[in-house]
Amino acid sequence: MDERPVQAEITLHVDGQAHELAVDTRTTLLDALRERLGNTSPKKGCDHGQCGACTVLLDGERALSCLALAVAYDGAEITTADGLPADGALAQVRQAFVDEDAFQCGYCTPGQVCSAVGVLNEVRRGWPSHVTADLLADPELSDAEVAERMSGNLCRCGAYVNIVPAVRAAAGSASTGGTR
Amino acid sequence: MTELLEPRAIGQALARRDGERKVRGTATYAYETPAEHPAYAQIVQATIARGRVTGIDTARAEALDGVLTVLTVENAERLASTDDRELAVLQSAEVAFRGQPVGLVVAEDSETARHAADLVRVSYEEQPHDTELRADREDLYKPEKVNPAYDTDVIKGDVDAAMAASPVTLDHTYSTAMYHNNPLEPHATTALWEPGADVPLTLWDSTQGVHPDRSAVAGVFGLDEKQVRVVCPFVGGGFGSKGLPHANVPLTAMAARALPGRPVKLALTRQQMFSLAGYRTPTIQRMRLAADRDGRLAAIAIDVVEQTSRIKEFAEQTGLPARMMYAAPSRRSTHRLAALDVPVPSWMRAPGECPGMFGPEVALDELAGELGIDPIELRIRNEPAADPETGKPWSSRNLVECLREGARRFGWHERDPRPATRRDGDWLVGTGVAASVYPTMRQAKSTAVIRFSGGRYAAEIGAADLGTGAWTVLPQIAADALGVPVGDVDVRIGDTRYPIASVAGGSSGTNTWGSAIVVAAREFRDKFGDRPADGSEVSGDVDQAEQDDEHSSYAFGAQFAEARVHADTGEIRVPRLLGVFAVGRMINPRTGRSQLIGGMTMGLSMALHETSVMDPRVGQVANHDLAEYHIAANADVTSVEAHWLDEHDPYVNAMGSKGIGEIGIVGTAAAVANAVHHATGVRVRHLPVTLDKLLDALP
Repeated sequence: MDERPVQAEITLHVDGQAHELAVDTRTTLLDALRERLGNTSPKKGCDHGQCGACTVLLDGERALSCLALAVAYDGAEITTADGLPADGALAQVRQAFVDEDAFQCGYCTPGQVCSAVGVLNEVRRGWPSHVTADLLADPELSDAEVAERMSGNLCRCGAYVNIVPAVRAAAGSASTGGTR
Repeated sequence: MTELLEPRAIGQALARRDGERKVRGTATYAYETPAEHPAYAQIVQATIARGRVTGIDTARAEALDGVLTVLTVENAERLASTDDRELAVLQSAEVAFRGQPVGLVVAEDSETARHAADLVRVSYEEQPHDTELRADREDLYKPEKVNPAYDTDVIKGDVDAAMAASPVTLDHTYSTAMYHNNPLEPHATTALWEPGADVPLTLWDSTQGVHPDRSAVAGVFGLDEKQVRVVCPFVGGGFGSKGLPHANVPLTAMAARALPGRPVKLALTRQQMFSLAGYRTPTIQRMRLAADRDGRLAAIAIDVVEQTSRIKEFAEQTGLPARMMYAAPSRRSTHRLAALDVPVPSWMRAPGECPGMFGPEVALDELAGELGIDPIELRIRNEPAADPETGKPWSSRNLVECLREGARRFGWHERDPRPATRRDGDWLVGTGVAASVYPTMRQAKSTAVIRFSGGRYAAEIGAADLGTGAWTVLPQIAADALGVPVGDVDVRIGDTRYPIASVAGGSSGTNTWGSAIVVAAREFRDKFGDRPADGSEVSGDVDQAEQDDEHSSYAFGAQFAEARVHADTGEIRVPRLLGVFAVGRMINPRTGRSQLIGGMTMGLSMALHETSVMDPRVGQVANHDLAEYHIAANADVTSVEAHWLDEHDPYVNAMGSKGIGEIGIVGTAAAVANAVHHATGVRVRHLPVTLDKLLDALP
């Protein structure tokens, strides 16, 4: 027999607003945001966690919303690139992306923006990356650190050499060279 | 000569007008169009590469709660035109490639549509398929023309005689891989069919040209163009793959027609994009060069073999650059195709020039090594005074200046030409150069309207912004043509309600739409002066703009690469790319630079990462997702610099612009391959340059 879809009642807090909704338990967080709540800031590029376009901040950490089932996130706080506040890290990253022309088509951009906010948080907490030389020291946000940490977000327009200075500008640390 | 605009807004590095919406994610792409109670569609694809559908069982799919309709090759509406067999969806039981649509499920939500598509059972009469491109195939044929309408073969002089008589010759085969455009936004459409309305069919479609898209769809369904509206304010990348509609567009329209009044949404999955959204054919290039001991070419020849599909021909014009790049009395360029059981190839960024500047530019590097002549000097020695193909003078040709300026900026003069002689720790280090070229084009048809209303000017034209900057650049052009501040000018694009515009392709968008805007704006100014009455408007066509036929017009560039190859593992890194381009006048240095570095980055990706691996046993691309089809990620790219000359070309158009969307990808892969040779002494003639091709031969 064909299995019947199961519905679940959940609450999602998206960009500061609470939404109660019923979701098919197969619905991803990405599709819940885009197709149920009409929040199309996170994008679907691959639906398999391979491109990063769907990146949101999930309870403060960057996460791939296409790999998350909405039913598992009842009560979660989700922040998209369109989120508040107007004066926080998110706004600084958004402005830096505009200033550095760190995108062209814009489709990967909201995911890049959320990912960049995640990177800044992770570095502030001292998390090392694959290119961090000293795992015990506080990592410095060099160009190589930014490039490594942002590599889960593909950009087919090829704006990487503008994305790195944008992330560094948002962090308040100048890039080592305009063109890296 | 064209009267060039006085640059005031032109030349300013203005930030993108759509920037805020893009960083917030509030720019609306096709699938995201707000729609009342939309339905969702999912394609059912053929699971054989050649044969016939003998039966489709849709019972289980239709029994699923929430399924609205299942369209198949057995029950779908008959289309008015099936001339374009890629667009003639669900019209025939014949399967011409694996992944071809054989059905479409429409449901209340996307989860149900996907589930139901899995429940459709298709039976086939399977025939043996053939998806292997080889240069020695006996069924290669000569296409009538190559994309879009160039001569298939051009033969001048006697290449064989020059090869026999010259002291230095080269005869090697090079190849480029199969590439998929892979814009980050999958091909997607929201369609609404409202019978009885003046405009019954509305498509919010991700397209590089709303008018060409409308024309194709109207033809397929036998509608008047006025009965179709296409809307596309934002495109999440296209790189040619959204230049022509693919099967997903008529499929969505067909679903909408089956559900009148109900908006239907369809987005290709990333996996489906490897069979339904076009791709660049693999190319096999036999190169021959003949030269004297000073490096002067007596002959240049390229014989190209590539593939097309059985249902629709696309012949990539790979041999074109060899026709005009360098002076050589004897010249030959030919194209042969194999029609295989493969998906339909199409445009991908710089079709022709991109693959066609790999073989020749690596071959020249090999020749330079053989002669002991610097590769830049070798190119300078073969600089033609006029276009070797047409005999026409150049409108401007600054390849030599690009090479010299690039050499200065890159530090080329410090280079020791000997390969495999530099080591930095465990890394072998080398540098390479290649030339770059792209024709300057302008399309024949585009119209712009300039309006004045509420104290502001507006330019209206159905143009497309794929991230290329049209939202920002077209107002700069309009402002200078009107003689008003750019802040007073709005632009309205991406909708067939605005005047007709050509496709954003061939790096011709700004040249074409800008020319139409200048015609309209100049006439507006002549007619209404600088105090127009509210509601004043003027229309202008691109064919009213001056057209120069006396000159040959191309953009040129020089690409430099540094490669580092790990001596033990063969790992390849490219820490530095530098390009210098002669592209006429740069209208917006900020968005323009992004286009050039974007092209170069895609070229780096082509050089090192990208290859669609056709599995001949099943006839499909095995690595059909973004985990297995590698495109350059952030950490793969370190330094990419794009510079341009202050080039003045009075022949191309009123903006003095040559087009910048494609030249950045041309020559990049050759520069990288040449740098890898300089680092290691290993000559890789088959893209991508991967470590397995180096390991056995590393010093």
